Amino acid sequence: MNTIKKLLGYVWMLIAPSIILFLVYEAYDKISKATAALQSNVILQWVIILLIFTPICVGFFIFGTYASKGEYDHLPASSAEIE
Amino acid sequence: MSQEIKQNNIAFVIGASSVGTLIEWYDFYIFGMLATIISKQFFPADAGTAALLSTLAIFAAGFIVRPFGALVFGRLGDLIGRKHTFLLTLIIMGGSTFAIGLVPGYATIGWAAPILVLILRLLQGLALGGEYGGAATYVAEHAPAGQRGFWTSWIQTTATLGLFLALGIIILVRTNQGVEKFSAEWGGWRYPFWISILLVGVSVLIRMRMSESPMFSKLKSEGKTSANPLKESFGNKANFKMVLLALFGAVMGQGVVWYTGQFYAQSFIETVCKVEFVQSRNIMLIAILMATPCFVLFGWLSDKVGRKWIMLIGMLAAVLTYRPIYKEFINITSAANRTKIVDARLTSTMTGFPIFDAKDKTKMYIKQEADTTYYDGSVFKYYRTDTIILKAPREEARPITLINPDMIQYSSPKPNLVVEKTLGHAAYWDMIWLVFIQIVYVTMVYGPIAAFLVEMFPTKIRYTSMSLPYHIGNGVFGGLVPFLGTLIVEFTKNSAHPAGDSLAGLWYPIGVASVCFIIGLIYLTNKIDKNVMD
Repeated sequence: MNTIKKLLGYVWMLIAPSIILFLVYEAYDKISKATAALQSNVILQWVIILLIFTPICVGFFIFGTYASKGEYDHLPASSAEIE
Repeated sequence: MSQEIKQNNIAFVIGASSVGTLIEWYDFYIFGMLATIISKQFFPADAGTAALLSTLAIFAAGFIVRPFGALVFGRLGDLIGRKHTFLLTLIIMGGSTFAIGLVPGYATIGWAAPILVLILRLLQGLALGGEYGGAATYVAEHAPAGQRGFWTSWIQTTATLGLFLALGIIILVRTNQGVEKFSAEWGGWRYPFWISILLVGVSVLIRMRMSESPMFSKLKSEGKTSANPLKESFGNKANFKMVLLALFGAVMGQGVVWYTGQFYAQSFIETVCKVEFVQSRNIMLIAILMATPCFVLFGWLSDKVGRKWIMLIGMLAAVLTYRPIYKEFINITSAANRTKIVDARLTSTMTGFPIFDAKDKTKMYIKQEADTTYYDGSVFKYYRTDTIILKAPREEARPITLINPDMIQYSSPKPNLVVEKTLGHAAYWDMIWLVFIQIVYVTMVYGPIAAFLVEMFPTKIRYTSMSLPYHIGNGVFGGLVPFLGTLIVEFTKNSAHPAGDSLAGLWYPIGVASVCFIIGLIYLTNKIDKNVMD
């Protein structure tokens, strides 16, 4: 199970930047296709989406890094292990 | 410890905490429930979809800011205590909600209206970000070992009951006032916002009688409270990795399942299935009422079998059945699947009547209404509005009969068609059961989550540590389900399919819940932490 946890860690590390790239591509695509009347609204929507999901993807990448290094092989049994 | 628990009657603790949290949810939800009316009141009248999306953005902003509320008030809660912090959040929430009800519309104060509403909405989000973690922590720290899932599940019911209360009050006011009065600038839609101040007042009085959490009091008396909860929560790798695991392995999936079942479902029934306003809300109300006891059931069960599997089964069930359920929503409400009653008295009673535009004197509308009655008791009303542009402005006194075809410049080639469906008994109950199933999923993922999060983190940084993943999962991943779902459906619209793929919006919650299920399955343990005093 620990091997699967570590291998999946690399998968999460790959998925995180892929999501950011996908969102940037979609943002460019949708903003360029938007009509003039709707453009400001479309830009706002995508700025919101990118601002929210970029830090979350960074967190997901860190999660993947921890997983790949075996940080989740053993979960703390008590608060003493966390502090 | 047990002596302290006896002194603080657990039922009072649950009741007092739950009432306040319920009211905060109520405050937060009425905005979402009234999004369509709010978009008309606070944005330019001709903005259409842009206004709705902007409102959804404001609605979303209320969710997005929740993690910041979690940080601000979580820190306070770990520094000064649970009781005073969630008293403060309650007051901020109640004040903001009341103030939203006082903001004049766009017609009166222009762009100041949406800006003020946005600020107040952000305050609501901040307050909610601080509230839930406090209430859950407070109850969990009072609960006897081995019953933490059961007791905290009562707090979990408040989010759903808050939604229930919001829906109930809106329907009550709207039914009493009628659609026109309810939707006017100073109409009945403002009442639910004003009512909030009374509810919050009562709740503040109740909460002031509560004592501090026994565990926090103990830490404080021993001088062991955290000096810098933010640093200890997120600067400490051992704790931070648990925050990430809580978010990606449990809460993000829980968040999307919750908001799909309770919000996306309602939006879908109303905007895609076109079920009539009151009936669509009644469907939600009945389903919520029937499923709410399951929160306590699954909370109790999680004390016996562990939290992990109950949450993961709920997530998996949602992933596998969302698309069939929503497809069935469409089938149940489709005209193609029912038989018309061919009776001139019941069907096709179409009347057309002209209405002149109040501002543009060259514009007039022909409105027609047609009712179709079906054998299953359903009645579908079709409203068609044709726009006619006159060659010259009409004369004030000219009767409509004196407008002849020569005076018309052109008629709008694309009439505005609105359908409103009132379902027959069997179809109505089919819809209720389908929503009920989704809310059972909600109770599975949400019932045990407070106990699960409380057990993950140490007492001295618990409020901060559990609040952040909870509000990113629910506020961001969950709160954006209606917004992103609507947006994804918009992307599928093209000239060949002007309506787009109405089921496409589900890919967002299905995708998030799937990833969360895999992470939870592989990385989480099913162990129940008996000792949360450390």
